[in-house]
Amino acid sequence: MSLRRPAKDQPETFEFNSSSLDAAKTIVSNYPTGKQQSAVMALLYIAQKQNNNWIPLAAMKYIAKFLEMPYIKVYEVATFYTMYNLSPVGKYFVQVCTTTPCMIRGANKLVEACKEKISENESELSSDKSCSWMEVECLGACVNAPMMQINDDYYEDLDKGKTLEILDQILSGKTPKPGSYRGRVNNEPENNRKTLMDLKNA
Amino acid sequence: MLKDKDRIFQNLYNDMGSDVSSSQKRGDWVNTKELIDKGRDWIINEIKSSQLRGRGGAGFPTGLKWSFAPKEVGSRPHYLVINGDESEPGTCKDRDILRFEPHKLIEGCLIASYAVQAHVCYIYIRGEYFIDGQKLQSAIDEAYEKKLIGKNAAGTGWDLDIYIHYGAGAYICGEETALLESIEGKKGQPRLKPPFPALIGLYGCPTIINNVETIAVVPTILRRSGQWFASLGREKNTGTKIFCISGNVNNPCNVEEEMNIPLKELIEVHAGGVIGGWDNLQAVIPGGSSMPLIPKEKCETLTMDFDSLMAEKSGLGTAGIVVINKDQDIIKCMARIARFYKHESCGQCTPCREGSGWMWRMLERMSKGEATKDEVDMLGDVTNQIAGHTICAFGEGSSWPVQGLLRHFKKEIEDRNNLSPIHEKKNNIPYLVDQHLLDKKNA
Repeated sequence: MSLRRPAKDQPETFEFNSSSLDAAKTIVSNYPTGKQQSAVMALLYIAQKQNNNWIPLAAMKYIAKFLEMPYIKVYEVATFYTMYNLSPVGKYFVQVCTTTPCMIRGANKLVEACKEKISENESELSSDKSCSWMEVECLGACVNAPMMQINDDYYEDLDKGKTLEILDQILSGKTPKPGSYRGRVNNEPENNRKTLMDLKNA
Repeated sequence: MLKDKDRIFQNLYNDMGSDVSSSQKRGDWVNTKELIDKGRDWIINEIKSSQLRGRGGAGFPTGLKWSFAPKEVGSRPHYLVINGDESEPGTCKDRDILRFEPHKLIEGCLIASYAVQAHVCYIYIRGEYFIDGQKLQSAIDEAYEKKLIGKNAAGTGWDLDIYIHYGAGAYICGEETALLESIEGKKGQPRLKPPFPALIGLYGCPTIINNVETIAVVPTILRRSGQWFASLGREKNTGTKIFCISGNVNNPCNVEEEMNIPLKELIEVHAGGVIGGWDNLQAVIPGGSSMPLIPKEKCETLTMDFDSLMAEKSGLGTAGIVVINKDQDIIKCMARIARFYKHESCGQCTPCREGSGWMWRMLERMSKGEATKDEVDMLGDVTNQIAGHTICAFGEGSSWPVQGLLRHFKKEIEDRNNLSPIHEKKNNIPYLVDQHLLDKKNA
């Protein structure tokens, strides 16, 4: 299990804005009547998106009221799942995969790059408060290892030099192009494709 | 090598686009109505005769699973749930299906929903695959627009609604009952079985849960007959499978191949060989991180299917092959996997919650050579205390890789950790309270 604590400085109140409210209502309608509790995960995402990528306790209370469920149940869900950030993260939130398939292809070099460019420790905001990074478990792009995720996008087939370039770009406020950084197409074997050849040429 | 015309996922590398019209050119949605008109029994029998086994790791026969759904819909509606919570290290096949072959999945959902009499289907996708989930969502929207799903889906008279439910970074939600808990808006902690989800599942209703890849191959099997599928591979291990080859190979890739293909062929032909040559191979994890590793000697002749890997005391799992060459420290690799399991344990059962942390800490010390001799056997004991003593299969999943390491690389661990726990010199032991007595000569 992972240790997760809510941030010390919490805002007093939280409320969905109108676009979040619309999104929340659509989500609730996906589930049978009386089972609106199912929407809690999606609503936490909506709250996280609205609140600069982290969830304050006030948002959990608000969602509990919204879905007519006990606050502790929302708190349980928010602390159980690791993708809910319980304390502020950077506008660019860098997650480096360091599980074995990435590790044996040099994920530690990516971690070094993050330490050099963003902050010495993980989950710590950079000096200009725009970025933070952390090590995460397998992100499910093992054939594109080593890789990292920045907000929603995957950056694949990296090495230290390319990671430094990407981090330079986000530190200057630009969003780099997601995908493979060795120029390969999706998950095909680079320069070694033996299957579905007639489609490739077509 | 499998012939190109026998490959189910023609768009695995996105040569043709994933929208509905290009999918139709590949044969999706062409005669869905005809297939469904043949009836439930025909569909289930065809899947049974294809001997399709679940692609999510456990390899349970799909046709059999479907036949467990109650024959008549009672007061409780039936549900179909698709498991796309792909989080097993080494596996990234479902992502490509969500991105590039979404219509195979959606059509499979319609056929499977009809077969198990469900009107609502939830597709559970791991939260990290948000972008890929959006691609699937746009394919679903497109299918609604073309009236392929929704009311009277594809003209079959069957109503079907498909919703995506995003996870939020919990590996355990790949376990089917934890996944149901998660959809119900709770912590993803597995339920005790029985009752099995086929009778009491989502919201207490009969629920059939299948992996993304399992459902996506169903339409093709029905079109080309179960017999065609069964003719590939070997008895009880039939058909094709997407293999993900990662780690120390020259060209890591996803490739669809026939079951029972030699491991060496996968690595040498498709993945461009091991970095540093075949002789530089140390070990292979054949089916995602929870399957015990296989040392090089056995990789020469190994074939990749459920039963032949079982005979090697490993398993096909999700067919995520992680190749580890001799440049890597095998103990460190396994220590990192143990850390993964320590991080992902849901905390419900004590043996797993505590034991996964013990295994990680012991392996960390062993990789640094700080453990004592007797701890090697103690580690084996710990794994046996976890496996089989937990509600779900996570206990096995976390202890099998460590058991595999002990089975094949025990000597390496012992060579590195030859500290003796018994202190040979009797004096100067700092933690003895009575140290001063030892210091006195005539004490």
